[in-house]
Amino acid sequence: MGLVEAIIISIIAASTPLLLAAAGELVVERSGVLNLGVEGMMIMGAACGFAGAWLTGSTFVGALFGIAAGMALSFVFAVLTLGLAVNQVAAGLALTILGVGLSGLIGAGFVGEKIVPAPQLYLPVLTGIPLVGRILFGQDGFVYVSIALVAGIWWFLCRTRGGLILRAVGDNHTSAHALGYPVLKIRLFAVLFGGGCAGLAGAFLPLAYTPFFIPGMTAGRGWIALALVVFSSWLPGRLVAGAYLFGAVSILQLHAQAFGLGIPSQLMTALPYLATVIVLVIISRAHGGHGSVAPASLGTVFVPDR
Amino acid sequence: MQLVLEKRAERSTFIALASPVLAIALTLVTMSVFFLILGKNPVTALYVYFIEPLTDSYTLMEIAVKASPLVMIAIGLSLCYLANVWNIGAEGQFLIGAVTGSYLAVVTNGTDAGYWVLPAMLVMGALGGALWAMIPALCKTRFGANEILVSLMLVYVADLILDYLVRGPWRDPKGMNFPTTASFDPVATVPVIMEGGRLHAGVILTVLVVIAAAIMLGRSIKGFEIRVVGAAPRAARFAGFSSEKLVIFTFAVSGALAGLAGIIEVAGPVGVLQPGISPGYGFTAIIVAFLGRLNPLGILVAGLFLALTFIGGEGAQISMKVPLDLTKVFQGILLFYVLACDSLILYRIRLVAAKPKAA
Repeated sequence: MGLVEAIIISIIAASTPLLLAAAGELVVERSGVLNLGVEGMMIMGAACGFAGAWLTGSTFVGALFGIAAGMALSFVFAVLTLGLAVNQVAAGLALTILGVGLSGLIGAGFVGEKIVPAPQLYLPVLTGIPLVGRILFGQDGFVYVSIALVAGIWWFLCRTRGGLILRAVGDNHTSAHALGYPVLKIRLFAVLFGGGCAGLAGAFLPLAYTPFFIPGMTAGRGWIALALVVFSSWLPGRLVAGAYLFGAVSILQLHAQAFGLGIPSQLMTALPYLATVIVLVIISRAHGGHGSVAPASLGTVFVPDR
Repeated sequence: MQLVLEKRAERSTFIALASPVLAIALTLVTMSVFFLILGKNPVTALYVYFIEPLTDSYTLMEIAVKASPLVMIAIGLSLCYLANVWNIGAEGQFLIGAVTGSYLAVVTNGTDAGYWVLPAMLVMGALGGALWAMIPALCKTRFGANEILVSLMLVYVADLILDYLVRGPWRDPKGMNFPTTASFDPVATVPVIMEGGRLHAGVILTVLVVIAAAIMLGRSIKGFEIRVVGAAPRAARFAGFSSEKLVIFTFAVSGALAGLAGIIEVAGPVGVLQPGISPGYGFTAIIVAFLGRLNPLGILVAGLFLALTFIGGEGAQISMKVPLDLTKVFQGILLFYVLACDSLILYRIRLVAAKPKAA
C-alpha cells in the first residue's frame, strides 16, 4: 500500500465521525432547533458503543448501543427545549456537560480494555484494484453508512414532501403551525434523528478508529461538526466537502509532525481548531454577516397558541 | 388529555425564588438514585457530599478557594448571557490569563524584583483574558461568525499554548523534565490570608467583583443597556444602544474576569504554571451563572454550592470510593433542572383535554 493511498484511507477514517454527526445536526437545524449538545451525545455514543461491543463482541450491537445512547440524551434535550420551552443554547451546553460526565462514569470500567475493530469490506477482485481498490471497496461499514446517510438526507430534504414540511417548520414555525403541521412533533423526530447520528458518530471512534475507549476521546469533534453545518450553509452536498476537508487537515498535520519540520507539535495539533475559526469567519463574511442562509427560526422557542 | 405549556400573564415571583431550591432538591433526589445504583447508602453519601465539608475549618476554606474562580468567571458570563451574547470559551480565557500573568513570574523568577510583580501579574492576566475574548467578539461583530463556536474552539488552542510553553521555553530547568515552570517567588504569589488553610487574598477580590457587578447591573446605565439589549433587541435599537459595542464590552469584561481568575489560581493555590490547572472552571461557571439566575448575589451563593459539590465529591471519592466523574454528572443534571424549573417562571403547565379533530 503506497503512502498516498494510506493517507487517503486515514483521511476518510478521520472525516467519517465528523460527517455522521454533522449530517444529523443538519437535519436538526433545518427543523429550526439548535442542539449544541453534539459533543456530549458523541462521547456518550463512544462510551456506550464500546460497552455494547465489549459485552457482545459485535460491532453492530455496539453501533446500536451508540445510537441508542445518543437518542436517549437528545430526548432529554427535546423534553427541555420543545416540551418546556427552555433556551436551546443553555440546554445544549447542559447536554454536553452531562454527556461528558456520564461517559466518564460508564467508560471508567472499560479503560484499557480492547475489542476487535470493525471489519472492513472485502470484495474479491474489486478490493484488489491498485490505488483505488481499498479506498472504494475496502472501508468499514461506518464509512458507507455515512455516505448513504448524507445522500438519503439530501433526497429527503430536497425531493420529498416530508422534507419540505420539515424545512417549512424550520423557516417559519408560526406559519407551519397555522397550516396545521405539528411543529413540535416534527422537531422531536428531527432532534432524535440528530441524536442517533451523533451517537453513531461517537461509536465509530472506539469501534473502528481506535479499538479502545479513552475518556474525552471525541476531543471537540462534536463542536467541529456544529461548525461544519454552518460551513455547509445547511446543504448536505457541501457537508461532505467540508467534512473531508477537515479530515484532511487533521491527518496532514499528523504527517507534518512526523516529518519534524521544527514546528511545535502543539501548533499542528491546534490546526483543526484554528481552521474551524478561519472557515467560520470566511463563510459568515461571504453571507454578509447575517447568516442569511440559516433556517429562519433556528434556535427560537416555539410555544403553540391555541 | 395532554400536558401543554401556557404563557403566564406575568412572571411568577414566587417561582423565581423557589426554582433554584426546587432544582437542587430534584438533583438531590436524582443523586440518591445514582448512589443506590452504585450500591452506596444515599443518606451517608449525601452527608459526605454536602454536610461533612461544612464541619471542618480546612474544608470550609477549601470551598471558598474553589468558589472564588467559579464566581469570578460566572459574574462575567452572566453579563454576556443577560445581553444574549454567548461566550462559552471562558475556560480558554482562564488559561490564557494564567499564561500571560505567569510571564512576569517566569522572567522575574530568582531575581530581587519588588512587590510590584504580583499586581502587575494580575493586570497582565486580566488583559490576556480580555484580548483572547476579543477574538470571538471581533469575529462576531466584523464578520458575523458564531461566537459560541469560535470561543469554544479557542479553548483547545489556549490549552495547547499553555502546554507548549510549560514543555518548551518556560519549563523549569531543575524540574526533572516535568512540564511545569519553576515555583513562583513569594513576591509573585497571592498571599494566604488565614492560618491553617489555603484561603488567599484572591477571595477578597472575588467579593469585590460581586459587589461591583451588583452595583453596575442595578444602578448604572451600562447595566440597563445590557438588560435591554438582551431582553428586547428591537427596543434597544430604537434607544440607540449598539448591540455590536455591547458584544465587545461583555466579551472584554468576561474575558478579563476569567483571565484574572486564571492568574489568581496559578499564583495562589497552584503556585506554578502547569497543564491541568483547571478542573473545568470555565464550564462549571456556566452552571453557576444560570443557577445564580444571572444575578451577582445569586451567583455568589451558586458558586459556593458548586464548590461544595467539588469538595464533597473529592471526599466521597476517598471515603466511599465513588467515581469523581459523578460530580460532573450531578453538575450537568443540576443545570438541566435549573433550566427546566426556570421555564415555570414564564409558563405554567396545564392538563387539557385532547384537541378536537380538525375538520
